[in-house]
Amino acid sequence: MDFELMFTSFPKLLNATLITLKLLSVSLIIGMFLGLFFAILRMNKNMFINKFAYGYSYVFRGTPLLVQIFIIYFGLGQIEYLRTTFLWVILKEPYWCAIIAFALNTGAYTSEILRSAFQTIKPGVIEAGKSLGISNKIIFFKIQIPIAIRQSLPAYGNEIILMMKGTSLASTVTLMDLTGVAKYIISTTFKPIEVFIVAGGIYLFMTFIIHNVIKYLEKKYSFQ
Amino acid sequence: MELLAFGKTGWGDELFYATLMTIAVSVTAMLVGFFFALIFTPLKLSKYKSLNLIGNLYTTVIRGVPELLVIYLFFFGGSGAIMYVASIFGYFEYIEINAFITGSMAIGIISGAYSTEVFRGAIQSIDKGQFEAAKVLGVSKFAQFYKIILPQMLRLAIPNLSNVWQITLKDTSLISVTGLVEIMRQSYIAAGSTRDPLFFYSFAAVLYLLLTYLSMKFINRLEAKYSRGY
Repeated sequence: MDFELMFTSFPKLLNATLITLKLLSVSLIIGMFLGLFFAILRMNKNMFINKFAYGYSYVFRGTPLLVQIFIIYFGLGQIEYLRTTFLWVILKEPYWCAIIAFALNTGAYTSEILRSAFQTIKPGVIEAGKSLGISNKIIFFKIQIPIAIRQSLPAYGNEIILMMKGTSLASTVTLMDLTGVAKYIISTTFKPIEVFIVAGGIYLFMTFIIHNVIKYLEKKYSFQ
Repeated sequence: MELLAFGKTGWGDELFYATLMTIAVSVTAMLVGFFFALIFTPLKLSKYKSLNLIGNLYTTVIRGVPELLVIYLFFFGGSGAIMYVASIFGYFEYIEINAFITGSMAIGIISGAYSTEVFRGAIQSIDKGQFEAAKVLGVSKFAQFYKIILPQMLRLAIPNLSNVWQITLKDTSLISVTGLVEIMRQSYIAAGSTRDPLFFYSFAAVLYLLLTYLSMKFINRLEAKYSRGY
């Protein structure tokens, strides 16, 4: 055990954790909107719209995140036309490519979580709102969405943890996140176990925090 | 389309073998995972606190740390660990482990943590009366597990194990970083030499979708078989 290496690599890894957290939070926020949008599309009666939303979640849940990042980072740059548009400003940055891939991926999972949450809302709740003369729009925003969010908290907590682990893939497109820096230190010092303990410890700590925050929110917004 | 031709002119046969490699790694990893689950599930269900702790440590650490980090640990640390063990037995030559073994061990340990949780949940949801009835009838411990608990457990576990299989299948894409030529690595090579990454990575995505689709079909049939009578 090389404790000195563990001690010196800790600040470097902690610094890289900031990038991991940035990637995670930005992609979760975008993914949340995407998820809500596609969950609403899934409940649409129009077959075409419904199938489109289903296809989106099927493709992004059925393929590895790594493939999605590579398609966006290496693949999209190949299209000549894209290089001439303003989109290229975003797509040439590995940071934004990673965020687009993560957001689309977590959006697909979030849409499934929210869809099943919307489906578990008892029809009586909506009927009660209707019989009180509340408009459909207000029923949706003030009754359905809050209940759905509460219902989906446990599953969404898991999704946040999965996404946090997913951000490690950003290191494959040259971003120096926590895993990227850990790999760099391992490949220069050849001490994998020490670095794994420190980097793994930081990840576990983040998992612990997320887990407890979700647990707290679940308790706070429970129906009882 | 000529990019996908079989033989020397295209990448069809290479990608076909790469797909077989992905399947081979996934199956091996899943089996390695079952082996780990077989060890750690009893630990998690044991009445001894210290054994529980070991079981919980395994599932918490592996499920809380990114897969890629575990793979790097195995990739960089695997041969070192083997050489250390070998040196105890007086063997000091350099040992290199095959990428297939490193990869399927790393993915297997990850998949094992998920399988352990699935088995634990399945066993815990079996009615206590089943255990007691078996005891009262004087069924031996061995027969109790194989003839009574296991069949009921499998029915409950299969839907969740199918999720573990999907996760394992997708995780195998990560061992491309160690150089094992599976779908992802082969697409990377093909994309590099043809300068057509969009096509090859999209094709890789299609291959993965096909694999997940076909395995879902297969698992659904298995599920129907094990839930006969329900």
